[in-house]
Amino acid sequence: MTEHMLTIDGQRIPFTEGQTIIEAATAAGVYIPHLCHNPEFKPHGSCKLCTVKVNGRNCSACTFPAADGQEVLNNTQELNETRRTITQMLFIEGNHFCPSCEKSGNCQLQAVGYYLNMLDAHFPFFYPSREVDASHHEVMLDRDRCILCELCVRASRDVDGKNVFALSGRGINSHLIVNSTTGKLKDTDISVDDKAVHVCPVGAILIKRKGFEVPIGERIYDGQDIGQVSLEHEMPIVEEAEHGR
Amino acid sequence: MAGKIKVATTSLAGCFGCHMSFLDIDERILALAEIAEFDRSPLTDIKHCSDQVDIGLVEGGLCNAENVHTLREFRESCKILVAVGACAINGGLPAMRNHIPLQECLEESYLDAVGVENPQIPNDVELPLLLNKVHPIHEVVKVDYFLPGCPPSADVFWKFLTDLASGAEPSLPYELVHYD
Ligand code: SF4
Ligand code: SF4
Ligand code: FES
Repeated sequence: MTEHMLTIDGQRIPFTEGQTIIEAATAAGVYIPHLCHNPEFKPHGSCKLCTVKVNGRNCSACTFPAADGQEVLNNTQELNETRRTITQMLFIEGNHFCPSCEKSGNCQLQAVGYYLNMLDAHFPFFYPSREVDASHHEVMLDRDRCILCELCVRASRDVDGKNVFALSGRGINSHLIVNSTTGKLKDTDISVDDKAVHVCPVGAILIKRKGFEVPIGERIYDGQDIGQVSLEHEMPIVEEAEHGR
Repeated sequence: MAGKIKVATTSLAGCFGCHMSFLDIDERILALAEIAEFDRSPLTDIKHCSDQVDIGLVEGGLCNAENVHTLREFRESCKILVAVGACAINGGLPAMRNHIPLQECLEESYLDAVGVENPQIPNDVELPLLLNKVHPIHEVVKVDYFLPGCPPSADVFWKFLTDLASGAEPSLPYELVHYD
């Protein structure tokens, strides 16, 4: 059997039929920054943080199939600057006040900002008005911090079988909606054990009474950058999927 | 004394936390004093910048008209202007009022809040007028460098100032970049 092979930044990376570029990269221990991608779910391809150059063209590594002989550029200054700009845009179109956010230190958006050495948001802020839903006794939804990655939508629909979340609206008015007659979380059958409650990469979906439980210094990204954390966590998931193929 | 770098600092809509954190450089301030002198700053109580300041450190965002005047004066006087801390960079916690109409904020604070005596919205001519929204400083003037953090740690100030003093392009390594 001939092994399939592509290169990322000149490094030879093997892949199996059906893998995306990001899956091949993860399995080989190469981090490609990403936010809406989570190897446990079908790709969504919305945040564009995983943009790589494939044979000279910009592509989303989380949706683009790996193919023999592809020359992929990933960790280049140009791509990382583009990614930083994308991250800055994610910050200005929400309301991200990290010092008062329960997710701070454990947040993937923030960690990507750190990874890309983002020191400011560059653009003027939108400060949009977004509704907080604190109606549920255990789960809380702060739309200010939602990056519209649809991970909760995918998790609730595909894993929990509950369909609690969906996206609605366009442009700056895009927002997460809750599938109940009142539009409130308290009138859904969501529960703290649901996958949907645990996949949010940012501090938009939180379990109540857990905020600031872990002291500064011991939070996920205090000691390790998101590249290391992500590979540690996602490599086994991708490998398992690979064996199942 | 000739040859020293002139440093000015100010606090706009901030909490002075960034200034306190700056002072956390502790005894390193002696080494800093060898190469730098403070110009306008709450630390010196000098009220206006002298003609040419080398580095201006700005804590806090813009919540009133006076903040805007101070910031513009700073920009004019300082060769290098630095946005220090979350409030200067994104408005910070004061900007959490931005999605509430100003009138409602004032009513809630001065008329309707629990325990308010003699309710009235302050309206003295001496008081700077509040802006409709709180803004980060880069929306009003050109900013040369950003030191994130709430507050940035003493090591951030130290790294930045020593980089500049040695003629290097200032940069913050991963472990010094924090938004909280
Ligand atoms: S969700 Fe993340 S980036 Fe947004 S405020 Fe919370 S910690 Fe900061
Ligand atoms: S709530 Fe969280 S998981 Fe759901 S779309 Fe928003 S950011 Fe993604
Ligand atoms: S991670 Fe690929 S588009 Fe979001």
